[in-house]
This record gives sequence, structure tokens and C-alpha cells, in this order.
Amino acid sequence: MAQGSYFVPATAKWPIVGTVGMFIMMIGAANWVNNGPTGPWFFAAGSAIVILMCFGWFADVIRESQGGLYNSAVDASFRQGMIWFIFSEVMFFAAFFGALFYARVLSVPWLGGAGTGAMTNELLWPGFEAAWPTHGPAELGGAFQTIPGFGLPLLNTMILLTSGITLTLAHWALKRSQRGLLVFWLFATIGLGVVFLFIQGYEYVHAYRDLGLTLGSGIYGSTFFMLTGFHGIHVTLGAIMLLVIAIRCVRGHFTKKNHFGFEACAWYWHFVDVVWLALFIFVYVI
Amino acid sequence: MSHTTTADHDDHHGHHPTGIARWLFSTNHKEIGTLYLVFSLIMFFVGGAMALVIRAELFAPGLQLVNPEFFNQMTTMHALVMIFGAVMPAFVGLANWMVPLMIGAPDMALPRMNNWSFWIMPFAFTLLLATLFMPSGAPASGWTLYPPLSLQGGNSLAFVIFAIHLMGISSIMGAINIIATILNMRAPGMTLLRMPLFVWTWLITAFLLIAVMPVLAGAVTMLLTDRFFGTSFFNAAGGGDPVLYQHIFWFFGHPEVYIMILPAFGIVSEIIPTFSRKRLFGYTSMVYATAAIAFLSFIVWAHHMFTVGMPLGAMLFFMYATMIIAVPTGIKIFNWVATMWRGSMSFETPMLFALGFVVLFTIGGLSGIMLAIVPANFQYHDSYFVVAHFHYVLVTGAIYSIMAAVYYWLPKWTGYMYNEKLGKIHFWWSTVWVNVLFFPQHYLGLAGMPRRIPDYAVQFTEFNMISSVGGFMFGFGQLLFVYIIWQCARGGEKATAQVWEGARGLEWTVPSPAPLHTFDTPPLVDDSVAVHKDSLT
Amino acid sequence: MKRTNELIVGLAVMAAIIVFTWGIFAVGENMTPGVTPFSQDVYHLHNVVLGIVTVIGVLVFTAMFTSIVIHRKSKGYQAAKFTHSTKAEIIWTAIPVLILVVMAVPATRVLIDMESTGGAEMNVKVTGYQWLWQYEYIEEGISFFSALDRDSNRARQIGSGIDPRTVENYLLEVDNRLVLPTNTRIRFLLTADDVIHSWWVPALGWKRDAIPGMVNEAWTYIEEEGIYRGQCAELCGADHGFMPIVVEAVSPEAFEAWVAEQRGDLAVNDSEGAEDAVEVVEVADEEQEQVQPLAAAEFAELSQG
Ligand code: HEA
Ligand code: HEA
Ligand code: CUA
Ligand SMILES: [Cu+2]
Repeated sequence: MAQGSYFVPATAKWPIVGTVGMFIMMIGAANWVNNGPTGPWFFAAGSAIVILMCFGWFADVIRESQGGLYNSAVDASFRQGMIWFIFSEVMFFAAFFGALFYARVLSVPWLGGAGTGAMTNELLWPGFEAAWPTHGPAELGGAFQTIPGFGLPLLNTMILLTSGITLTLAHWALKRSQRGLLVFWLFATIGLGVVFLFIQGYEYVHAYRDLGLTLGSGIYGSTFFMLTGFHGIHVTLGAIMLLVIAIRCVRGHFTKKNHFGFEACAWYWHFVDVVWLALFIFVYVI
Repeated sequence: MSHTTTADHDDHHGHHPTGIARWLFSTNHKEIGTLYLVFSLIMFFVGGAMALVIRAELFAPGLQLVNPEFFNQMTTMHALVMIFGAVMPAFVGLANWMVPLMIGAPDMALPRMNNWSFWIMPFAFTLLLATLFMPSGAPASGWTLYPPLSLQGGNSLAFVIFAIHLMGISSIMGAINIIATILNMRAPGMTLLRMPLFVWTWLITAFLLIAVMPVLAGAVTMLLTDRFFGTSFFNAAGGGDPVLYQHIFWFFGHPEVYIMILPAFGIVSEIIPTFSRKRLFGYTSMVYATAAIAFLSFIVWAHHMFTVGMPLGAMLFFMYATMIIAVPTGIKIFNWVATMWRGSMSFETPMLFALGFVVLFTIGGLSGIMLAIVPANFQYHDSYFVVAHFHYVLVTGAIYSIMAAVYYWLPKWTGYMYNEKLGKIHFWWSTVWVNVLFFPQHYLGLAGMPRRIPDYAVQFTEFNMISSVGGFMFGFGQLLFVYIIWQCARGGEKATAQVWEGARGLEWTVPSPAPLHTFDTPPLVDDSVAVHKDSLT
Repeated sequence: MKRTNELIVGLAVMAAIIVFTWGIFAVGENMTPGVTPFSQDVYHLHNVVLGIVTVIGVLVFTAMFTSIVIHRKSKGYQAAKFTHSTKAEIIWTAIPVLILVVMAVPATRVLIDMESTGGAEMNVKVTGYQWLWQYEYIEEGISFFSALDRDSNRARQIGSGIDPRTVENYLLEVDNRLVLPTNTRIRFLLTADDVIHSWWVPALGWKRDAIPGMVNEAWTYIEEEGIYRGQCAELCGADHGFMPIVVEAVSPEAFEAWVAEQRGDLAVNDSEGAEDAVEVVEVADEEQEQVQPLAAAEFAELSQG
């Protein structure tokens, strides 16, 4: 292939497969939340198709990439794509952080009678005092305790920060073409991610079983589980992505110049890292 | 900037798949653009049919045709279908077709993902429209889906939310693709300040899309968990607040309305210079004005919620911020007028729609300014005055610009000239009736008729009747539009490459119809082909 | 070809002019000036702003149509070459800014007036339900529900066979009106029980949302006796269109009499002359319990038509 030509595949069959998969998945999910008996099955089937699509699609991309079909312009397009995708994820989390700030700065104080909420408190929720954490004036979900930030969550913060470092070390190794080190640091990163998820899972169980803290624990439970939950899902995704990358590294797919797949996953991982930092500060500490 | 030519890989040109596979598997920006446009046209009729149900019920006081619950479903679905199904895909379709042609790119930056973003749409709308046939009915809480009302919806709410997720995913991917294409695939010499304004407005629109579609996804996800998983984001008893939803929704919703108008500004900025045979006046200030509107759109959202009981300071801030938008928008209007000024104008159908846009959008914008005046908004809010406002900016704004664009580029797409006489009739017919349809709604709102009601007090009868007549006449007039497109696709007078005497820009340098693959070898762009000069002389 | 075009254009322009002028003059159903100082402020503000934007529109369209008429290719007009003019652009940035300031100043003044809620002489708590209103006079200890009037309700059913035009105040009449004294500073405390509603009486000059779990404040000072009608203005479900509001403004003396009558009627067990405020409030609570199921039953009956 001539250098400097932009690769446009003639046809693409995976997108439509992915669409059908997502469609089935969404039907399944919608049935599932409505307690429809077939929901989980549809959801699983749809997910399976989506996963199949991912493998097929990425296999095509990897084949083309290995075949030297991509020039620097294609590479730049991929980079743009990944950057903007991460930006969209940032905005997704922003919605939930926005909800957290709104509750803490505005709605809970109003319910407690601050500012324009004087009559709200007096007429509807007499006796409710604004505080954080709270499950609201109706004390939804019953008494609960929170997870202290400077215990496991701090450990988890350390773990994720460390994983950011190990990932950078892996990148350096890649840039110096030290494949052994690269693979080592990659697996170390994935391992740290898994430990993080494990601790997070343990915390959830602890919260539900011992602390009385659930999704139903008013606004605190809602924001806590939605933020940490979506973060957890992103860590899981990131870890899977890194695993695929690690396998590709073992197979020697990347060169020290040409390794966009690696970088994309690394950006994603760092993004997940930063979200956690914000989470740690605003959900656990302050 | 990259120098781009298409790889001459295995099954290029010759072996292009045919039949259904051609459309299902296509990675070609022109084919995908066509898919988007056809989908959008279908959705326009679906949403329009729902509007006609609304207008038929509102023809006379008393309930005649539908029960109130179904009426609310129609209102909700009409808006969702029109916004997410008709206007947005139409603009994405136009971007798909025209952006690569305008910047000299061989295709979109991420062709496979392009296919994906399109095909999600029909499936998302299948999910959405299917709720009409579910026992609990379609969503009936307005397109804004305010809780707690929306949470009273039955099982179908989950389908609606997931459908919105799918639309969001599609829009985000589409937007990423457009940004990557514009930033990355321009032909040599096509500097940012030589790009046609349509490309500029889409660049900024794509940014808005990526910034706010995820916020909508977050908002409806919270609805989902409040409804099905016991969270209390929007429940005061648990420390949340129903108004929180409105803040998040409108943080999406306001930029969303500019998502539906910025590309329109771009289209009009292409058409008016062409038919005035004069370069666009104030190109650079047009670009800055677009950016300013986009920036401001992030800090005005609460003007949709002046009646929820915000602190005084917040109301003042949102009022001032909203009013300021008149300045960059005014710059655009004045620049268009200045472009026409001392031009050599002719009035083919695209120009007629563009001129109709300028006048009628301005009327809609001016009523927007009235709405922004908080004390007066206490009276206008949730009345038909608002309905009149947003249909002026949406129907005679967004939809008119899309129609202008279709007439403008149809010869380029099909290779044939459309029937000019019918096009002109379409314009005049639409313009008369659309005003009969929406202008009286101003009076209704001022006289105190609330929106989203299936029945009304008798003093509102006359204007509602007029409006309904206008609605049906306008609606049926759109069948002519379909006929004209159909006729033009089948044949007719051959179109030249340049098509319009005054047209400038790369898209007019390729033959009509534009071959499947264009700019395999990037063209060299200098001031002579560029629509705009980047120097200020 | 030419002739037909001109014909179409002519007809279009004529139709537009007929609709616009007929709307403005013949029917005259513009915004109401209302009966409170605030509603009158809003009305004037509305007129000022409407005037300003109309003038802007006329100027812009005049410039545009002048160009359209003169600078035509069919008249052999040659296109000029200019593409920008910094001077012009500065002018049409600056002038709109000035116009906006002219509009923002009175708007700010009126808004600040409106938002000073202190000094209330009486408090009325308004609660929205699907689909009726509850009014509680906090000081007077009166509480009742207010739902769509029977006649309207019967006529509004699909296939009722009743022409709405024969029903007096179709959809704008209730069973129990909100009686308020004139020339009194009244504070409203608005909330809702189920979903968001919005309390809107155009003659008072504002609407405000009634939000479940939150209390919103607004106030009014009615200067003229009369009956003022409005409707719920936030989509609240199937019968959103059928929860009207009727305010009956009476003189303070008549209001006192009405209050006395209500107390006599409702608080049957109440000993005469119970001036003690605490007792009144207690009675109010009792009444609420008495009235609520009653009105609810009535409402259920109503909505079955
Ligand atoms: C394409 C879509 C679109 C566009 C472009 C706009 C543009 C504007 N809109 Fe509109 N709006 C909607 C779509 C849109 N809107 C929709 C859908 C809703 C209702 C949503 C719902 O509730 O369902 C809505 C509702 C809405 C409200 C809330 C009403 C309510 O519910 O109470 C407000 C309030 O401020 C508002 C204001 C404005 C303003 C100030 C502009 C400005 O951008 C307009 C600027 C333009 C001009 C001003 C004209 C040209 C300028 C000049 C000629 C210069 C000189 C002018 C002056 C100095 C004044 N809009
Ligand atoms: C881009 C967006 C868009 C567009 C194009 C339109 C187009 C139209 N809209 Fe609307 N509309 C909205 C966006 C839009 N609307 C929004 C956001 C709302 C607010 C919803 C809410 O409150 O939540 C709304 C609400 C709304 C209302 C208020 C409803 C209420 O408050 O209860 C009304 C009432 O008249 C209305 C009417 C119309 C009409 C008559 C058209 C016409 O322009 C339509 C033209 C008609 C056709 C194109 C029909 C063609 C069909 C045929 C010829 C029949 C043949 C049929 C088949 C082939 C199936 N719309
Ligand atoms: Cu109550 Cu609408
Ligand atoms: Cu807005």
C-alpha cells in the first residue's frame, strides 16, 4: 500500500451485528427491570452478540493494522475518536457529580430550612436538619452508616494510582521495545485493577449486609452507589481492554512507534483513575 | 494536516455490493448520508402524523377523537420523533454527504463507525415507537420526561429510556466522526478559516453533541434507577429534588436546541451567497458568533425553569445570559442581510427557503427574547406562546433550512434538476400555511391557553380552528416535497457540475451526480476554489 | 410563469396580513393587564418588549426586502464585491447590546419587586393533587378542595353529546372557589402531593410550580373585586387540562363574613368565639381530616362523570 493513502473499508458487516446485539440487549434490559421472565435471557443473548461483534470488529482492525493499511492519517482519526469518546464519558460522569453537588449544596439544605427552603422545612419536613450524609427527611431505607474514606477506599485510591504508574512503566517499556517488561507491567496493572474491583465488591457487600447502606438509602445511597457503580463498570471495561492489549503485546502486535491500541486503552485507564480521585474526594472524604 | 488519498484495496470501485447489502454494510459517506436523509424524511411524516392528531383534537373544544392520556402520548412522541428522528438525523445526513465533499476528503474519518451510528437509529426508533402498542402506552409526560410524572408511566418507561440511550450513542458516534473528519481529513490548503460555514457550524455542533448527549443519558439513567431501583435523586423525601432533574435535563436541552439550529445557520450561509452572487459578508465574525452561541448555550439552561422557584440571583443571571444570545445571533442575521445587499439575487427554491428561514426564524428568535424576560415569562411559560416560539425556530428554522439544503444539493446528489415550478409552489404553500398554523398560537398563549392540554375553554376556539386548518394544509403540502424529490431522483434535466451560477466551493467541482468516491486524490485548495478567503481582504 | 408567481406571492402576503391584523385588532385577545400591581407591571413590560422586538423585526425585514426588490439579477443588477466592514459590524454588535440593556433594566426592577415576599398579611397554602387543588387558609384555619365543576366535567367526556359552548365557563369553573380579600398582601405557599403542578391565574400576573416535597412562595395583592380564572400549567397527567383555578376576590369585609360562615359550617363542634389561635389551628387540622375524604369521594364520583 502506498504511504499516504486513507484506508476506507469497502463494506462493514460488524456494525449491523452490533446494532442487532444492542437492540436485543436493550429489549432484554427493559423486560428485566420490569421483572419480565425472559429479560435476563435476552439481555445475555444481546450481550453475547455485542461481544462477538467486538471481537470480529477488532479482529478486522488488527488485521488491517498488521497488514499496513493504516497510514498516519488513519491513526490520527483513531486518536481523535478516542479523545472525544473519553470526553463524552467525562460528561456522563459530570451528570452524576452534578446531582451530588446539587443535593449537597442546594436540595438538602433547602429541605433543612436554609435559604428559600424555610417554609419547605416548616410545613413539610418539620424537625429535619440538613446534614451529610443523609437519607432525606423521610429517612428512606432506614438507618445506615457510611464507609469511612480513610480505610479501604484510601487503599483503593493507592491501588488505582499505582496502577496508573505501572501502566506508564509498561508504556516506557513498549517505547524501548522491552517486550518482557511491557507484558509484566501490563499484567501488574490488570492485577491491581482486579484487586481494586475485588475490594470494591467487598465494600458493597459490607455496605448492604452490615451498614444498612443501599441504593435505597435516600440521596446518599443513590449518589454513592451510582457514582462508584458506574466507576466500577468502567474499571471492569478498562481491565478487559488492557487484557486484550496484553495478549496483543504477547503476540507482538505493537512496535515502539506504532501502538495506538495500547495508548487508547492507557488513556481510558487514566481517565478512570482521575474519575476515582474525584470520587474519593467528593464521595468519601469531604 | 494530512495528505489523503484512498487506498486502492481489493474490492474497490468495481465490486460494490448491491441490493440490501449495499445499504446494510455500506461505509460510504454518500450512501450513509442518503440513508440518514431518507430515515429522517420518514420520521418527519411519522411525527407530523402525530402532530395532526393533536391538531385534529384541538380543532374544537370538547374531546372528540382521543382520550387525554393518548393525547399526552401524542404530544410526547411527536416531539421526540421530530427532534431525535427528523431534525437531528437530517443534519447528520447532510453532514455525511457534504462535509467530505466540502473539505476535499475521500470519506468520513471512521467509515465503519459511520455505518454503525446510522443503523442504531432505526432500531432505537423501533423501540421507541413500539411503546405505542404496549399495554401501558407510550410515554405521556412530555418530551421533557419530568419526574415524578414520568415515573408514573408503566413498563414502557424502560423502553423509552433505553431507546434514548441508543439515540444518544448514535449521536455521539456520529458527532465524533464528524469532528474527526473535519479536524483530520481536510485537503491540503483547506485551512480552518477557509472552510465553508456549514462545516464550521457542524464542527461546533458536534462538540455540543458530545458534551450534552451523555448528560441526557445520565439524566434518564437516574429516572430509570428512581423508577426501578429505589434511588431518590428526584424525591424530596429521600433528600433529592424533582427540580434536580430539570436542571440536568435542560443542561442538555438548551444546547440541544442550538444543535438543531447551528447547522441551519451553516446551510443558510452557503445558500444566500450563492444566489446573491456575492461572497458571504463577515465570514470571520460568523465563525466567532457561532462559537459564542455555543458557549452561551451552556449557561442559560434555567430559562426553561423560571417558575420552579429559583433564588432571585439565579433568575437574574439566567435572564441576562439568555438575552445576550441575541447579540451573536443578530450578527448572523445582519451578515446575511449584508450579503444580499447589493448582490445580484435570483430566487430559486433553495433561496426562497433560505429567505423564509431568515424572516421566520427571526420572528421565533424575537419571541425567544420575550420569553427570556423573567417577569413576563411568569405569564408566558407553559402557554401556547412558548409553543409558537419553538415551532417558529424549529419548523420554519430547522426544517426550512433542511428543505433549503435538500433543494440546493439535490442536483448534486441525483444528477438531475428538480422541478423548479413545483419547488416554488411547495415553498409558497408551506410558508402561507405554516404561519396560519403557528402565528395564532402566540395569541392563544397570551390569552392564557396552557400547552399540553387536549381540550380548552371556548374562548380559545377560533384561533385553534385556524391553527388546525393551517396544520393540515401545511402537512399535506409536504407530500409535494416527497413527490418532487422522487421525481428528481428518477430523472429530468441534467445537472451541471456547478449547478448554480453563483455557487463556490469544492462540492461544485465534482460532477453531478457526485460519483461514489470523490477526492481519492486530495484537491489542492487555494483562494480561487475556496468559498471563503482566510485573509481579511 | 411570471404571472402565476406574482399571483401566488400576492395571495400569500395578503393571507399573512389578514391573519396578523385580524389577530391583533379584531379579536383583541392579548395578554390581560390583570388586577394586581405586579400583573400590571408585567403587562407593561410585555408591551414594551413586544414593541421593541416588533420594531427590530420591521427594520431588519425592511432592509432585507429593499435589497430583495432592488438587487435582483432579473433587473440586471451587478453584484458588488465587498465582504466585510468592521464599522458596520461594530455598530450592529453595539446597538443590540444597548437595546438589551433597555429591556433588562425594567425587567430587573419588576422581578426584584416581585421576589420580596415579606410582609404578608395572610397565608394560603395551595396543594396540587392529580387532579384538583387544596386550599388551606393558615391563619383562618379553613381548608377545602377545589375541583372541576360538574357541568364542565360532564361535557368534557368523549361522546358526551354536550356542546361545550352551552356550558357556562366551560373548563374554567370549580366546585369551591378560592375566596380572597382585596387590598391585602397575600402569601401563597405552594406544594404538591403527587407530581408537579403549576398554579396560574393570568389576572394575578404569574404562575408558580407546586412541587411535591418542596414549598414555593409567591404573593399577590388584588386591587379589584371579581372572579379570576386560570388553569394548572404544568403537565400533571391525563387530566392536566381539567384542574382549573377560580379566585373570587371580595372586599375584606365580605371576606371576613365568608370566613365566619365557613367556620360555622365546617367546624360543627367548635365552641363559639374561640379566639385562641392555638385552638383555631387545631380545629383546622381536624377539619382537614373531615374534609379530605369527603372531597376525595366527591372527586372520585366526578371523574367517573
Ligand atoms: C432551534 C431551536 C431553538 C432556538 C434557536 C431557540 C432560540 C431561543 N430561545 Fe427557545 N426554545 C426552544 C427552541 C429554540 N429556542 C424550544 C424547543 C423550547 C421549549 C422547550 C419545551 O419546553 O418543550 C424553547 C423555549 C424557550 C424558553 C423557555 C420558555 C418557557 O418554557 O417558559 C426561553 C426563555 O428564555 C427561550 C428563549 C430563547 C432565546 C432567547 C433564543 C435565542 O437564541 C434567539 C436569538 C435570536 C434573535 C433574538 C433574533 C435575531 C436577532 C436580531 C435581529 C438582533 C437584534 C435583537 C435584539 C436586540 C433583541 N426559548
Ligand atoms: C423539530 C421539531 C418539531 C416539528 C418539525 C414540529 C412540527 C409540528 N408541530 Fe410540534 N412540537 C415539537 C417539535 C416539533 N413540532 C415539540 C418539541 C413540542 C413540545 C412537546 C411537549 O410539550 O412535550 C411540540 C408540540 C406541539 C404542539 C403542542 C402540543 C401540546 O402542547 O399538547 C402542537 C400543537 O399544535 C404541535 C403541532 C405541530 C405541527 C402541526 C407541526 C407541523 O409542522 C407538522 C407538519 C405535518 C406533517 C409533516 C404531516 C405530514 C403527514 C401527512 C401529510 C399525513 C400522511 C400521513 C402519513 C403518510 C403517515 N407541536
Ligand atoms: Cu395539575 Cu397540570
Ligand atoms: Cu433554551
